Amino acid sequence: MDLALLTRRREHEWEIPAQGAMRVPAVIFASEALVRQMDHKVFEQAVNVAMLPGIVTASFVMPDAHWGYGFPIGGVAAFDADEGGVVSAGGVGFDVSCGVRCLHTGLKSAALRAAQEALADVLYAEIPVGVGSTGGIHLGVAETDAMLAGGASWAVQNGWGDAQDLQRIEERGQMSGADPHSVSARAKQRQQDEMGTLGSGNHYLEVQHVTAIFDSELARQFGLELDDVVVMIHCGSRGLGHQIGTDFLKRMAMAAGAYGIALPDRELACAPIRSELGQSYLGAMRAAINCALANRQILTHLVRRSFAHVLPEAKLPILYDVSHNTCKLEQHGGRSLYVHRKGATRAFGPGHPELPEALRDAGQPVLIGGSMGTGSYILAGTHSSQRQAFSSACHGAGRAMSRHQASRTWRGREVIEALAARGITVRSPSMRGVAEEAPEAYKDVNAVVDAAEAAGLARKVARVEPLICIKG
Amino acid sequence: MGGDPIVSDYGMRAHWEHFAHEADMGVRGIGPSKAQAFEQAALAMTAIITDPSTVKALEMIRIECEAPDDELLLAEWLNSLVYEMSTRKMLFGRFAVELRQGALLGRAWGERVDPERHHPAVEVKGATYTSLRVALEGGTWIAQTVVDV
Repeated sequence: MDLALLTRRREHEWEIPAQGAMRVPAVIFASEALVRQMDHKVFEQAVNVAMLPGIVTASFVMPDAHWGYGFPIGGVAAFDADEGGVVSAGGVGFDVSCGVRCLHTGLKSAALRAAQEALADVLYAEIPVGVGSTGGIHLGVAETDAMLAGGASWAVQNGWGDAQDLQRIEERGQMSGADPHSVSARAKQRQQDEMGTLGSGNHYLEVQHVTAIFDSELARQFGLELDDVVVMIHCGSRGLGHQIGTDFLKRMAMAAGAYGIALPDRELACAPIRSELGQSYLGAMRAAINCALANRQILTHLVRRSFAHVLPEAKLPILYDVSHNTCKLEQHGGRSLYVHRKGATRAFGPGHPELPEALRDAGQPVLIGGSMGTGSYILAGTHSSQRQAFSSACHGAGRAMSRHQASRTWRGREVIEALAARGITVRSPSMRGVAEEAPEAYKDVNAVVDAAEAAGLARKVARVEPLICIKG
Repeated sequence: MGGDPIVSDYGMRAHWEHFAHEADMGVRGIGPSKAQAFEQAALAMTAIITDPSTVKALEMIRIECEAPDDELLLAEWLNSLVYEMSTRKMLFGRFAVELRQGALLGRAWGERVDPERHHPAVEVKGATYTSLRVALEGGTWIAQTVVDV
């Protein structure tokens, strides 16, 4: 991105002043180096979002932002229904509520290393992964609707986990306002055999260990110590969410003219919050959030069962579960706003009433997935994150290289061998998939997280690095 | 619009190519007719998942869709294929398209996904409207969009 197009507000905050049809400015949180790396498309997309009706304060861009569809990935925008605000299917994306869940294990890395290969084999056998995989669960129509209304709470009621798990999930594991009747038959059909599946692409399940603690008091409150073993699950609402994105993108693109909305890009397809279509989308999108929460809950059960086979002394309570692609009604500055986060994490600061009692003093855990070779981060929401961008932070490293460039640059087998030499065990059904997800195909997650902290979006708590990676 | 083609199959007059997108993948079908460009765009989408030549034509399915313009029809065609791949757990390696005034009649030949043989790299979540374009350029039709993977 050309720095000459930006006004530097602070060291890590850049403004694209409102101009032309922009209703608000766009604001980018990033270091100078990260801004320079951003594609000009990020600039264009952030500007386009700023043109949408009812947008409040600014079109925000997180440090890991890259070129997306309509919204940049790493985009945050809030809309006020009282001012004609809109909800955008493109602003949430296809993988509704894609997110990360982190589990404690109570183990140190030495215990894990003694059983590393065996655990990798059991996890790979237990967890359906990759294109065309199905879980052991088949949902009929009535049960699908119950899942879409109940989320992780439905999963716990069906024996996949414990009631205390729900305290450590956004929305207490059940998104309110979900409307299964707004979800198409096609979307439900895509999900009937996909509950408890991990998916493919950048989705993964990793067993990791804590290699650095940056804030010992916050780490204590999160229950993390150096060398602790944790599990991170990264996946979303599977075929159901993808189909909801497809269905509503089309309906909103075709209806925009009737609502008098001029779309700078068809992918920004949206509808007024106070319209039948807007409400229908919100009901369906919330149902997809519940699908993602239920899916990660079932995967958690499969992880626990796998550990019980190999390391029965492990206990796997949830540290926290965050979603990346959502639109949620939240209170900010005394206003009720519909906050779109597209490839961005909610980051409520200390004292926020949404947080469970045990985390209220610390702030919300913000789980940042890196690549399979570089490591991931656990951050915490801060008071300043509430002021900056509607309590939002980054979500990952972001790709630095296209999939095809990556698959031409590396061979999957070589990537697996290089990681094995560093003590990282990879299991995957697709060597090409591994090559496309090679660590070097991603940006430096350290730089992204450092920028997020410097910008005041979140505070660094711990860094974790993989021991086992199950890759779709 | 799009980027430099990075993978191509120029084995026939109608052909497909991928174009770069930072996180995902652009698919472009090119052909002497609009229908052939649509067929090639579908082949380009399969090539994101696996080598299309490894997919056997064991089963044929029919797809019908319609849309108010060519571009939305392309997205609808690709999204119909995504739905069929997802629910049938199939991959498709050959396509035939007829276009009739805003409607598309399509056939797709393929087989159930076999991870051992197809080594599927990634599943396609949906066709987006990003870089979506159907146009006649210098006597050749192109049909392209970015798909989310």
